[in-house]
Amino acid sequence: MAITEDAPRGAAERDPAHPSGERPGREGQEGDRRLSSPLILTMTLLLAVLAQSPIRGALGTPLMQSWMTVFVAVTVQALPFLVLGVLLSAALAVFVPPSFFARALPSRPALAVPVAGLAGAVLPGCECASVPVAGALVRRGVTPAAALAFLLSAPAINPIVLTATAVAFPRNPEMVLARFLASLLVACAMGWLWQRLGRTDWLRPPAHGAHEGATKGEAFWNSVRHDTVHAGGFLVLGAMAAATLKAATPATWLRTAADNPAFSVLALAVLAVLLSICSEADAFVAASLTQFSLTAKLVFLVVGPMIDLKLFAMQAGTFGRTFALRFAPATFALAVVGAVVTGTVLL
Amino acid sequence: MFLLGAALLHAGATDLYLRYVKAGLQPLLLASGAVLIAAALATAWYERKRNKAAKATAHAGHAHPEPRISWLLVLPLLSLILIAPPALGSYSALRTGTALQQPYGYGRLPAGDPVPLSVVDYASRAAYDHGRSLHGRPVRVTGFLALDHSGAPYLVRMALNCCAADAQPVKIALTGKLPPVLQPDAWLEVTGSYTPKLTHDPVNNGPIPYLKVTSAKPVPTPHDPYDETWNN
Repeated sequence: MAITEDAPRGAAERDPAHPSGERPGREGQEGDRRLSSPLILTMTLLLAVLAQSPIRGALGTPLMQSWMTVFVAVTVQALPFLVLGVLLSAALAVFVPPSFFARALPSRPALAVPVAGLAGAVLPGCECASVPVAGALVRRGVTPAAALAFLLSAPAINPIVLTATAVAFPRNPEMVLARFLASLLVACAMGWLWQRLGRTDWLRPPAHGAHEGATKGEAFWNSVRHDTVHAGGFLVLGAMAAATLKAATPATWLRTAADNPAFSVLALAVLAVLLSICSEADAFVAASLTQFSLTAKLVFLVVGPMIDLKLFAMQAGTFGRTFALRFAPATFALAVVGAVVTGTVLL
Repeated sequence: MFLLGAALLHAGATDLYLRYVKAGLQPLLLASGAVLIAAALATAWYERKRNKAAKATAHAGHAHPEPRISWLLVLPLLSLILIAPPALGSYSALRTGTALQQPYGYGRLPAGDPVPLSVVDYASRAAYDHGRSLHGRPVRVTGFLALDHSGAPYLVRMALNCCAADAQPVKIALTGKLPPVLQPDAWLEVTGSYTPKLTHDPVNNGPIPYLKVTSAKPVPTPHDPYDETWNN
């Protein structure tokens, strides 16, 4: 990286002419164009500093202000988890030999799916962490079906999230069990579905440069950097969408939606997708939607960690758009059905 | 990327982060900022080594380019270091229904006269306990002002579980002796006593208790603008 001092506020006034670094850049980086991306970044920052007061004025309206706050909050909140997931996935990709997974997972894919789903319980993070990890698993030769089951179950059934659910629903401890079962059920169903119908050409494995000739350390940091800027960009996209929804749509229509049971289930499912709340916090939000039935809340809790705007953007970035376009609607439908079935049986 | 790490470190090291996320995330923020900086430095280091090697062999096996999408990362960076948006205020508070929930029980009132209480504490005692556990004592509550379209004043505190995206307001309606000029988003320290009057939030029909104000004085924005005791 070009810039070598730690002073974020004054960062823009710095000398752009350090050619040694590699910015997360545009397409080409040979010859003179290598200079261009740090230069562009510096110019942008400089312009932003100069134009600070007009920008401030434009952003001064309450609507824009709360948009910005939610936007920054979602990004800031998700970044640590993203970094955690990226570190884990880089470690998986570099330090764990592929043969390990061959031994750890049952060789029959149909059996590997539930095992991988249960393994999701040990990753203590939210959904932003699980996308890069699942990407690394696929790259290491794990059956995609199993990796996808892991991707879906990890954010929903880990201990932190289940504890949060128990705290949020003190009067309904069965909610925790229902959430665990429904999420695991949907994750396994998606895994098996992929195994039956999925085609590998939908899945575009991330175009990682070959690591041959590189030391392990170099490969590790390369992977960290690549995944962070890549998934981070999509995270920002998702955060923008979520902030728009939070800041611009009225909450009153929820009241009308709550009256009809079938409609309320659908409404909360769509809301879970649009709000893109971190899976560690969504239980509290669900608990505050007091007008809705427990089953509708369960749908909210099962759908949210599996598919939302932020996740969709990140999946499209990690696995390719063709994949995300097929995977997301299927997940959504299965998650709603699975949660409703579990809800009617248990709650 | 380096800048992003530095910005995270900056936000984590100062109290800025409290506007967006809960206090428990601070170590995670600092750690991830450090990791990002380390990754940036490592990239620069290997890049340099590779350039040297490339000169020696006259063969540049260059890394794959970064995707264009990563430029979006500049946006939160800019807004964080240049604009630093404020904590959520009356605008979002009025659009969201009050999130008051019935508590398990009521702790003993803290000492002091008037009794210092949080917005959530007073609201739940007033709405669900009919003020019995207040024993008629005067209370002192701090929150920010929000005025609905008819101009009725509310004292609000946002309760937060994880980050500002899931923040939800808890509201108290104010009656009694109020300052003549009411500015939305201004922080007030209100002293008053319980009144049995209760209204319902037009957004989600949640209960909003009233507080009979005897005096109110403006205070600076508190260190942590959100209420995190709730639900944790």
